[in-house]
Amino acid sequence: MGTRRYILGKVAQAVLTLAFVMVFNFFLFRVLPGDPAALLLRGTTAFNPENLEEVRSDLGLDKPLPQQFLTYVTDTARFEFGESFYLRGATVSEVIGDRIWPTILLLGTSTIASAIIGLIIGIYGGWRHGSKFDVGSLSFTLFVYAMPEFWFGILVLMAFAGGVGPFPAIFPTGGYETPGADLSGWAHVTDILNHLFLPWMVLTIAYLGQYALIMRNSVIDVMNDDFVQTARAKGVREKQVLRHHVVPNALLPTMTLILLSLGFIFGGAITIEYVFSYPGLGLLTVQAIDAKDFPLLQGLFLLFSAAVIIANLIADVLYSYLDPRVRAA
Amino acid sequence: MRPGETFGHVTDAPIGVELEPGPPPEIPRSPRAIAWTRRRLSARRVWILYRKNAMGMIGLITLIFFIAVAVFAPLIAPKEGLEATCPCNGTPFSPPSWGFPFGTDNFGRSVFTLTVWGTRISLLVGLLATAISMLIGSVIGIVAGYYGRWPESVLMRLTDWFLVIPFLPLAIVLAAVLGRSLTVIIFVIGVTTWPSTARIIRAQVLSVKTRPYVERSRALGSSSWHLTTRHILPNVAPLIFANTILTVAIAILSESTLAFLGLGDPLSISWGTILDFAFGAGAAGAGQWWWLIPPGLAIVFVVLAFTLCGFALDEILNPKLRER
Repeated sequence: MGTRRYILGKVAQAVLTLAFVMVFNFFLFRVLPGDPAALLLRGTTAFNPENLEEVRSDLGLDKPLPQQFLTYVTDTARFEFGESFYLRGATVSEVIGDRIWPTILLLGTSTIASAIIGLIIGIYGGWRHGSKFDVGSLSFTLFVYAMPEFWFGILVLMAFAGGVGPFPAIFPTGGYETPGADLSGWAHVTDILNHLFLPWMVLTIAYLGQYALIMRNSVIDVMNDDFVQTARAKGVREKQVLRHHVVPNALLPTMTLILLSLGFIFGGAITIEYVFSYPGLGLLTVQAIDAKDFPLLQGLFLLFSAAVIIANLIADVLYSYLDPRVRAA
Repeated sequence: MRPGETFGHVTDAPIGVELEPGPPPEIPRSPRAIAWTRRRLSARRVWILYRKNAMGMIGLITLIFFIAVAVFAPLIAPKEGLEATCPCNGTPFSPPSWGFPFGTDNFGRSVFTLTVWGTRISLLVGLLATAISMLIGSVIGIVAGYYGRWPESVLMRLTDWFLVIPFLPLAIVLAAVLGRSLTVIIFVIGVTTWPSTARIIRAQVLSVKTRPYVERSRALGSSSWHLTTRHILPNVAPLIFANTILTVAIAILSESTLAFLGLGDPLSISWGTILDFAFGAGAAGAGQWWWLIPPGLAIVFVVLAFTLCGFALDEILNPKLRER
């Protein structure tokens, strides 16, 4: 099978998955017990029959289901998800557009950091598996896995932003930048970094364990391959075997798995942004839950899903370039 | 061979495991009785291997401790302590003392009492959600693996879709639409965690269904129902069991996350809701560590315990890992 056909197949799969998510998203708010209009107004002061009718026609719920679906699909394709209930007067896409950059900054930097640190720990752990270092890093990974990220975040917040006992309160308690402070240039950058540091640290520590584990197992697998033995038999130094024979081959599956972990990272972003009141998409999700802002939740859900599907597609395509055997299979 | 003779008494115990020379095998009774004897023996073999696994034993003991706390909660801490108006409450926000070993919360309730009673809800949600997840995962895995062809492609496509959708956003959307209750939380976790189980079970079914005894049974005219429930299911059951225990850990973590985000049932106290209340009341900023550390540590210990038990069982029961 040629590369073209392989990639086209993967793209078709991704499009199909996206279509499934869209259909799911559509029916989630329509098939479930209860009237979506009532659902939107539930718990608000605007809950009365007139408003119910109005909302129903606003949402197009008085039209037949196929027509509703068609409107939904065309609206989604134009990134129109309706108006946010939480922030009145703003459309869902505007609200998301405002909040997306802090999340990209936070997730981007912490993913890069945890991947690099995790890979290094994994390489040394796998190369000397069974050593004290390996056992130590495995125990650490297990402990971090068992710990809810948000709880770890709260403890860090309490220690370094609230200040408890011997811990100094040296960091701000949350936000993206100091509100009201009209900073510019370098002072503005350090202010942003100062606010970024604690959530960044929590996410980095929370996720480096899984990267270390994947890399460790991958290194151990490659170490058992024949070509490593051949290299040793030729008299290549151990350091060179690790650097030129083991690591490049072990990196292959790991790189794609890092892309695939994006789904988990979104989960972390939601709780950690909430803990540090960091104004990104995660905090927006929590605010949408509290305000029962269903159009916003729907838009966010679609965005998160689409991001993961695209990351999956990139991983597949990247992998086929890095490892031609995949295309042949 | 007459009773009393030991010649030819063959067991399929793994190398290195010596079974105690029990009473000699009796004359076979019904096929069902033979099957049960075989199962009992293999359960004993698993236990002998499990006992040697230090990590697995630590996990098991921790687990028994928490289950005991959940069962005997009324004896450990009186239930009235959960009420905000209980006269037994102390001064709000007081640090640990003799009367309140974990201090008190914003209502003056003992955090110790809350944590003890939280064990019940957290374990209950974890176990019930896992039961749903296992039921869906096993049925889909077995049907896909056994029937092959179009049922397999349809079911596996569905599984892949659910694997791709990010778990927490999906759970949040479902919980937000369905409302705040314990049943909803259990349902949501159950219907979002099954795909990985379905894939593991399907892979095992694919291997089991080609074995000679399945073919023999089919040749004797067994129906699909008989084949799947009497031959396939018992042989994938150990794997389902190991996977179940790992899923409980994930379910408990998910419950705490959803509860922390305010999607839990406000009337039933779990470790997640305690953390939600504490964080909402500003415990982190005020440095009320006694309110935050006990429920969090309880989650860590229970999840660790389930994970250690699951890994230990997986090592013993999973044919792929055993070969190493």
